[in-house]
Amino acid sequence: MTRQATQTATPAEITPELVAGHGLSEDEYARVLKILGREPNLTELGIFSVMWSEHCSYKSSKKYLKTLPTEAPWVICGPGENAGVIDIGDGLAAVFKMESHNHPSFIEPYQGAATGVGGILRDVFTMGARPVANLNALRFGSPDHPKTRHLVAGVVAGIGGYGNCMGIPTVGGECQFDPSYNGNILVNAMTVGLAPADRIFYSAATGVGNPVVYVGSKTGRDGIHGATMASAEFDAETDAKRPTVQVGDPFTEKLLLEACLELMASDAIVAIQDMGAAGLTCSTFEMADKGGTGIEMDLDQVPVRELGMSAYEIMLSESQERMVIVLKPGREDEARAVFGKWELDFAVVGHLTDNGRMVLKQGGEVVADLPIAPLAEASPEYDRPWEATPSPAPLPAADIDPPLADGEALLRLLACPDLCAKNWIWEQYDHMVMGDTVERPGGDAGVVRIHGSNRGLAVTSDCSPRYCYADPESGGAQAVAEAWRNLTATGARPLAITDCMNFGNPERPEIMGQFVGCIEGMGAACRALEFPVVSGNVSFYNETNGEGILPTPVIGGVGVIDDLVKRMTLAFKAQGETILLVGKTTGHLGATTWLREIAERRDGAPPAMDLNAERGNGDFTRGLIEEGLLTACHDVASGGISVALAEMAISGGLGATVAIPEDIGIPTHGWLFAEDQGRYLLTASNPTLVMAAAQKAGVAIENIGKTGGDLLTVGDTVAISVSELTRAHGSWLPEFMAVPDEN
Amino acid sequence: MKAAVIVFPGSNCDRDVAVALEQSMGRAPDMVWHRNTNLGAYDLIVVPGGFAYGDHLRSGAIAAHSPVMREVAERAKGGTPVLGICNGFQILIETGLLPGALMRNSSLKFVCRDVLLRVETTANPFTRAYAKGDVLRIPIAHHDGNYFADEATLDRLENDDRVALRYCDADGKLTAGANPNGSARSIAGILGEDRNVLGLMPHPERLADALLGGVDGRAMFDGLVEACAA
Repeated sequence: MTRQATQTATPAEITPELVAGHGLSEDEYARVLKILGREPNLTELGIFSVMWSEHCSYKSSKKYLKTLPTEAPWVICGPGENAGVIDIGDGLAAVFKMESHNHPSFIEPYQGAATGVGGILRDVFTMGARPVANLNALRFGSPDHPKTRHLVAGVVAGIGGYGNCMGIPTVGGECQFDPSYNGNILVNAMTVGLAPADRIFYSAATGVGNPVVYVGSKTGRDGIHGATMASAEFDAETDAKRPTVQVGDPFTEKLLLEACLELMASDAIVAIQDMGAAGLTCSTFEMADKGGTGIEMDLDQVPVRELGMSAYEIMLSESQERMVIVLKPGREDEARAVFGKWELDFAVVGHLTDNGRMVLKQGGEVVADLPIAPLAEASPEYDRPWEATPSPAPLPAADIDPPLADGEALLRLLACPDLCAKNWIWEQYDHMVMGDTVERPGGDAGVVRIHGSNRGLAVTSDCSPRYCYADPESGGAQAVAEAWRNLTATGARPLAITDCMNFGNPERPEIMGQFVGCIEGMGAACRALEFPVVSGNVSFYNETNGEGILPTPVIGGVGVIDDLVKRMTLAFKAQGETILLVGKTTGHLGATTWLREIAERRDGAPPAMDLNAERGNGDFTRGLIEEGLLTACHDVASGGISVALAEMAISGGLGATVAIPEDIGIPTHGWLFAEDQGRYLLTASNPTLVMAAAQKAGVAIENIGKTGGDLLTVGDTVAISVSELTRAHGSWLPEFMAVPDEN
Repeated sequence: MKAAVIVFPGSNCDRDVAVALEQSMGRAPDMVWHRNTNLGAYDLIVVPGGFAYGDHLRSGAIAAHSPVMREVAERAKGGTPVLGICNGFQILIETGLLPGALMRNSSLKFVCRDVLLRVETTANPFTRAYAKGDVLRIPIAHHDGNYFADEATLDRLENDDRVALRYCDADGKLTAGANPNGSARSIAGILGEDRNVLGLMPHPERLADALLGGVDGRAMFDGLVEACAA
């Protein structure tokens, strides 16, 4: 029998307006009434609201996320926990996830980005892993938009401010610009951690009577309804939502990290979960739901920053740097001592029960009494109507006259906002702390040594939203393939991915169609490349006044390098080495960077995906690296062969002379700038061995030139000094950011 | 040789410097918690980089008042070599073991990259394994590394041969472009009056291993081992 819940705060009448203001539809509210068998009070309404927000419930995406492959022999824990876990050998596991913090970062860029980093770090160390690498995938509006500079500066400073203080190196990421992000920037943060494979901590709260403990920072009135905000479109009122953005304190998080890992070295913990979106509500409901238990909590025990906080505020606050822990009975003093050493709050706030209910008390009265399973599991699941994106026609190079000479086009591409050097960003991130950064940002993937060993983790994040917009299925597959290729180019064995799905309003069938298509393509690529999804995040409603962003399913990939001495980098190493091109070149220019930047067009089909060739070419290239046959390796991506060659030349401070194969029937701009997939540029001192191996493996390979000199010469149309390439590549971003803001 | 690495809440280069020390010493240093008020006997004390107390109030200001720092100051006065790296340099300044101040970088941004350093003096336990005029490649990673002192103090540091390292270009020249944070007279590291305390903003422990891209920092730790054995 349900006790009638009462309220200590001002009783509010539950009006249709109040329900709508909590983001619940009429149908959803009817479901609330059915579950409770009565009207909820305000606290309970707030709890339903956040639990059933898109952000927390994945109600529009669940149906499709289920179709992604999540298993492989090395997967220890797939989606559903705080982060994914894979076995990387030697008794170790890599724990990782990427998460969006888009809406808050647009409203308050420094704190939005900072707390995004803080949140993803907690997701990883909650599982018992010490974070060893951070990445960030950033997307901003047009450089001409008046807010862009301010947002770039704030987001980068916020990411640095948090990660640097935590002492976790930021070793990779990406940064692109497109007008579709003018009103909705994307800030996707990824953390990779390491843990003993047999010491992973989960969130299922079990053991009736076990104490429920709150640790970390005190709860304040910040971030209330952040999850609901992140589940709605932006409009003219958006700036008024600034108070829903949380404020981060990386120092407290550093203490929380050390305290949690110290306590985790004992066996006192039954379950642990961080308080992220929807704070104490989401964490406790999920823990109890997974453990099949109930929780009784006394909110008077929750450490608070100010007096007079209502149950509603305490349950919905998104104050940062907080954790919920279920301890084994009698271990409270031991745990309290650890958190005391680190000068953090520690409070026993409740205990587990066997009735499957969340009972919240304040001032001795019951202020909420809700069944856990129906709230956590019977959240709505929608099969939203969707429309497939029409497939555009391919755009062969022969069908488009180049508006600019090839050499000039190459310089312009190297200096364009998407392809230019991003040192201005990553030099604001400590990318070397922890003393294991083997490959700094700027290469194909960041590489960190597994501490105390000769093995390494390679990490990357990738997405080409313009492909996903033109053809979601192909673009989704491409994002996965590019992550796999970037890891491969370092010599790593790609193992698994996390996905961060950034889309517009799923209630619009064309947006839902983009989502469905991307998932379809991602799934196909994951299967073909044995590259399962182990964690992820969905961010919908990236729209302002009905204008959605480009579909942006960002893929974070993790791989292992078994011998760091054999790892490969993209820089040309020595004069006179042979340059080889692996993979086929068709010369199609649809949806390429060249088409957008040089021809100022955005039409055409993106590069076709041949997942068999992708796999074959990648496995072949990795084999060459393992056998020590290569001196450099770089994947061919945005900007095509010409940009990839230039990047190798810039990085090595060494030129090259390359001949365009003659009898291929592709105009020079097609060969230079097409973005055909599954290709790598290699250098080798003994090309004969490599060519023979390719022939044996049935892999398309061409000898296209030699390294040497101060010039990059390609065919008859490109001859540019390496210093000029370097200047073009390096100057755009610092010059752009040096212009003072108009306001 | 016995070394101690002081650990504050918020230190985050403590492990990094311990790894570099172990590589040179052949044994791991002791990690000493900041509340320790009874420091054992040590041949070297390192105050590592990081964000002690989250840089709240002012970088190094709160850590300087930690119980262990009274002990560290006494040992420094007694002649024990004390090395402060990055946040450790800030803490040694706040403790009064070194003169001057470390202000916000002139760019106002955190900066993490390799810089070039010119060795200005080798008459101390820290840079004895280098040669005067050597140009080293060592990374920096800080927001507040802009060294400042009044002219008289700067003159005194120079006259006493207490500027240990300066930011320079590849030819060893001191230029504005080679100075990453606006430091007065391109100063990257200074010695205390008795030459047994060194504070520097760059991180020698980060390039003491070929796999990480360089070994120019290693000679500082090798030199300390030699100095302690001598």
